[in-house]
Amino acid sequence: MANKELDNVVSGDYKLGFEVDIETETVPPGLDEDTIRFISKKKEEPQWMTELRLKAFAKWQTMEEPHWAHLEYEPIDYQSISYFSAPKTAPESLDEVDPKILEAYKKLGIPLDEQKQLQGIAVDAVFDSVSVKTTYSEELNKHGIIFCSISEAIQDHPELIKKYMFSVVPMSDNYFAALNSAVFTDGTFVYIPRGVRCPMELSTYFRINALNTGQFERTLIVADEGAYVSYNEGCSAPTRDEHQLHAAVVELITMKDAEIKYSTIQNWYPGDETGKGGIYNFVTKRGLCKGDNSKISWTQVETGSAITWKYPSCILKGDNSVGEFYSVAVTTLAQQADTGTKMIHLGKNTTSTIISKGISAMKGQNTYRGLVKVGAQADGARNYSECDSLLIGDQCGAHTFPYLESKDTQGQIEHEATTSKISDEQLFYLRQRGIREEDAVSMIVHGFCKEVFSQLPMEYAVEAKALLELTLEGSVG
Amino acid sequence: MSKVLQIKDLHAKIGNKEILKGLSLDLEAGKVHAIMGPNGAGKSTLSKAIVGHYDVEVTEGDILYKGKSIKEMEPEERALEGIFLSFQNPVEIPGVNNAYFLRTALNAKRKHEGKEELNAAEFLRAMKQHLQELGMKSDMISRSLNEGFSGGEKKRNEILQMLILEPDVIILDEIDSGLDIDALRAVSEGINKMKNGKRTFLVITHYSRILDYIEPDYIHVLKEGRIIKTAGAELVAKLEEEGYDAIEEAQ
Repeated sequence: MANKELDNVVSGDYKLGFEVDIETETVPPGLDEDTIRFISKKKEEPQWMTELRLKAFAKWQTMEEPHWAHLEYEPIDYQSISYFSAPKTAPESLDEVDPKILEAYKKLGIPLDEQKQLQGIAVDAVFDSVSVKTTYSEELNKHGIIFCSISEAIQDHPELIKKYMFSVVPMSDNYFAALNSAVFTDGTFVYIPRGVRCPMELSTYFRINALNTGQFERTLIVADEGAYVSYNEGCSAPTRDEHQLHAAVVELITMKDAEIKYSTIQNWYPGDETGKGGIYNFVTKRGLCKGDNSKISWTQVETGSAITWKYPSCILKGDNSVGEFYSVAVTTLAQQADTGTKMIHLGKNTTSTIISKGISAMKGQNTYRGLVKVGAQADGARNYSECDSLLIGDQCGAHTFPYLESKDTQGQIEHEATTSKISDEQLFYLRQRGIREEDAVSMIVHGFCKEVFSQLPMEYAVEAKALLELTLEGSVG
Repeated sequence: MSKVLQIKDLHAKIGNKEILKGLSLDLEAGKVHAIMGPNGAGKSTLSKAIVGHYDVEVTEGDILYKGKSIKEMEPEERALEGIFLSFQNPVEIPGVNNAYFLRTALNAKRKHEGKEELNAAEFLRAMKQHLQELGMKSDMISRSLNEGFSGGEKKRNEILQMLILEPDVIILDEIDSGLDIDALRAVSEGINKMKNGKRTFLVITHYSRILDYIEPDYIHVLKEGRIIKTAGAELVAKLEEEGYDAIEEAQ
């Protein structure tokens, strides 16, 4: 079949590329100690936080941008980025949030008015560098749950921040984590107290709006003994010719018997088919299963960004702890993704599961990179990995780099990898049964992603399916 | 006599090789037509040309369906208009639930005909009987489409689709290949049930075995890209005895 036809099917238009015109306060581009002091001051942070940021900045300056990933991109000029942009008026309540921002979120399908929201989902909305609204905070407070922006948490819960921030991803962990530690602007903090099962889905929606601005959010989730929370994040950005940098850090901690389920639907602007524009997405996500019998599960659906560099990982320290990574990464147009996970088995009888599905179309390049490490004390550790790639057309690529380090000889590690093509034969079969070509492609792709989508909370599974359709199904929307 | 499908002086190639070399054939509505011929004669190419398969390039001639040329139509349009091909080797599609696929196909057809779409419950009710008749286990429809199916299961699944979609013209490409006697019987019964005096069958085969079960009205002999003889069912016995070469000599 002519590949052109297929390309039309898989070059979906980006639907969330609008921009809102609001008055913002944006610092001029450039990064030095004064920028960091400015951000810290803007956020009215205590002195200790300012100092931590400066320390991170000093470390970052000694580090070099890593280039081991299977990615090609223009050098990033860190001095041409603006590190802080916020709507001018800081809202005290929903009534004070700029109606244009509310409208923007509504367009994204995320109404911030609690009355109009999907039942049972609390949202923290982050617009450029600030959190504009956190819903259901009071309701959650009744259970002792803290769900607020990280800026608020630094002021209101310094003891928790001091204890846990940088404890899973140290500030000098890697180049982008160090940068984030110096300049992070906002993000979400969640604390679930002992024995509490969070009664609703928590979510954060990140929106980049301002031009030439980087987004550097930081998320910290702590589930105390026996606690459970399901947290979801979504993101989008306007269509622009310039690349924009997004360098986030997420830290998760589970105590004994606790569980965190973390789902991401990443839909940053992907750029165009020549590679012009799009978000550079360099993200460090890591969870620590600190207590025995605890569990961390990452599910990600990555459809956006020009460049994706991210490896949500689990450190399985507690005995019998469980780490999971379920991923669908789509690269079409000229997108490149180098993504995967690290499962570090330290405790006894720890288990991990990795299910990675990469879909490449047009000129998209998709790389799975994963590490399974079994420590000397990790008797009875088990891992199962499955990495499947699906190619649509013949200009795209899929690459798999599984790494394995085992100090324990009793561990049980299984790895399976497949690469398949949406064959002309499969498409023709469905079309001969009267199914339109676009529907046929989407049917095959959904079939391929099934194992991962079934891990998402229902509302998000629906969103993920729709998003996949938009990404791969051409411009009829 | 109404002709549902008319193939006129069809020339078609696969790659650079011309396979059909001026093939003409009329299918009479409501009848069972069998195409027989040696390997490489162009039997599969003919069925592919009718359904608009991407491998086949029609260079000359025309295919009329209900009086209209379908040569330029997309495969899905031809399907929606009522042309069904039972594939010789049905492809496996991992992760795509068989029932979901069947319902999508049925609803595409119903929508095309201006009928209301069936919901999952209505659809499953309609399916139950078909499954029993074909001797298919009910878990067949909750499995992934053709994935891990045996040869017989794949063919039964093709017939199941035929029963659900109720096409006007049914092309059976080597439907009997790889079937044991029980499967052959079940598949043939499914096919015979579809005969209603209006529906037309084109049975492509190079063994006469299937024709013991599905009685043909006409036999067409395809050789070297052309139909060289058309006769009644009595021709089958002659072919069995004397082979295809004898037919050529007879011309």
